[in-house]
Amino acid sequence: MAQRVGIIGFGQTYHRSHRDDVNGVELINEAVRAALEDAGLTIDDIDAVVIGNMDHFEAVNYVDTWSVDGSGAWMKPLIKLTTGGTTGSTLGIAGYHHAASGLFDVVLVIGWEKNSESDTTGAIITCSDPIFDRFSFSGALPGLAVEASAYIKRYGIKEEDAARVAVRDRAHGANNPYAQLQTPVTIEEVMQSPMLSWPIKLLDICPRSDGAAAVIFAGERKARQLCSQPAWVHYTAVRHSHTYFGDVDYTRLHTLEAAVQELYHHMGIKEPLKELDVVELYQPYSFAGLKWIEAMGLCKPGESPRLIWDGVTDMGGELPFNPSGGVICTNCIGATGLLRIGEAALQVMDRAIGRQVPDVNLALATGFGGAYWSDLMLLGKKPW
Amino acid sequence: MSRSAEENIIFDGRIRMPYKWAAGETSSYFLTQLRDHAKLWGTRCSVCQVIFIPPRKNCPRCVTADTTWVELPSRGVLQTFAVIYFSEPLLQPSEPPYIYGIVKLDGADTGLTHFLGEVAPGELRSGMRMEAVFKNKEDRSGLITDLLYFRPEGGSAS
Repeated sequence: MAQRVGIIGFGQTYHRSHRDDVNGVELINEAVRAALEDAGLTIDDIDAVVIGNMDHFEAVNYVDTWSVDGSGAWMKPLIKLTTGGTTGSTLGIAGYHHAASGLFDVVLVIGWEKNSESDTTGAIITCSDPIFDRFSFSGALPGLAVEASAYIKRYGIKEEDAARVAVRDRAHGANNPYAQLQTPVTIEEVMQSPMLSWPIKLLDICPRSDGAAAVIFAGERKARQLCSQPAWVHYTAVRHSHTYFGDVDYTRLHTLEAAVQELYHHMGIKEPLKELDVVELYQPYSFAGLKWIEAMGLCKPGESPRLIWDGVTDMGGELPFNPSGGVICTNCIGATGLLRIGEAALQVMDRAIGRQVPDVNLALATGFGGAYWSDLMLLGKKPW
Repeated sequence: MSRSAEENIIFDGRIRMPYKWAAGETSSYFLTQLRDHAKLWGTRCSVCQVIFIPPRKNCPRCVTADTTWVELPSRGVLQTFAVIYFSEPLLQPSEPPYIYGIVKLDGADTGLTHFLGEVAPGELRSGMRMEAVFKNKEDRSGLITDLLYFRPEGGSAS
């Protein structure tokens, strides 16, 4: 049986569009030192290291070995994982598995990316099938535009509804000193920003960031010994689906629906809007903040704009989303899913300075990537 | 699968992608010192006392960022080497046969990987003294190849 696991430390860089002052290894080290300091540990306390990014963003293929000087994995068990956009959430879940197995007491998990080093869209195109999809697929943006336009058509959603989601996350990002984008925007500014691929405009979509995140997981005995309030891992769920983009049903996010239903069923959650306290959603663009909260069962399909306009997902609302500002304010891709987990952990630990939601008992972090894949990690104040 | 093709189609592909790799301020200091003064610098961890070249912003062993600069001489000891007789023109443009080796500069705790020159493969021995040969100043551009190669100390062995 898996043993209980808690998150006992979290560190991140100050995310920027360009970090020319450090190379990738040094960027990783900043997050590692911050996480060790946060947990009150030294590298000698770490039993295993899990690291990941998307190789083609920096064109370094042995990231596990190449990064050892920064990660602290020198002469330790080390594994690299990469699963596209879900890399960061995969890393977190793998760190949980390492500690839950009982084979490693304290596990350091690192996600990072220097998106400034490559043409992000060009690199993403290399993810798609070289025979059937790559000739037409044009990176992340058009794929998301297909999803948004299918969703708009089916439910009569307005572009302003999505703009309100971007306004929310940009307002939240102003509270987060680590976020790349910390200036609020208005509905009008979003609507008037340049059209990239209809209906997605510049301010609807995430930026490209340089940044790293590190999260420390520990088995129950060590977690209690080393941390007064760990963020306990309650449950994880993963759904990865298609190879070809033509196989996806763009009107629904089936992977997220399936993952949350598994999680809710396992945890006995009947009314997620009431029972969850905060969500860090891997939401790379504004329309996802509508459609995907429907997939999460927070309301019926097509009804999300009401929740968004009523402020239900704002700070101070019934279920705040993305107190960190989320992916729309920072997207260092291999770190992004792990940032969701780290930020959710801070909420549970009551240490999200400047962006803390009061009285968080349950925090949900999600990951998104690939051909519409979804990962989940539920964290709680008490061990489950 | 009851129906299959008479031939298997194979696509030729090549990914051409531009990249920009930031050296970072630590390696940038090393590279500008190499370019402007033909000097080699390492870093010493204040905790472990280990001297690394290329320089590290943080110590790879204890992970602290408490490191200081140490100027290293451009000579040291050949630890090991390889002679390459084949070509890989896409990523390694050197004309075969060529030699690369690892030289531990005097005072450093780690070796520096570079080409070996002005020497025949048969004359090389692990443990022999080597010295750096730099490009002329006007040709140096802030690359590790501003150091052309290491040769046996005192010039060609032959």
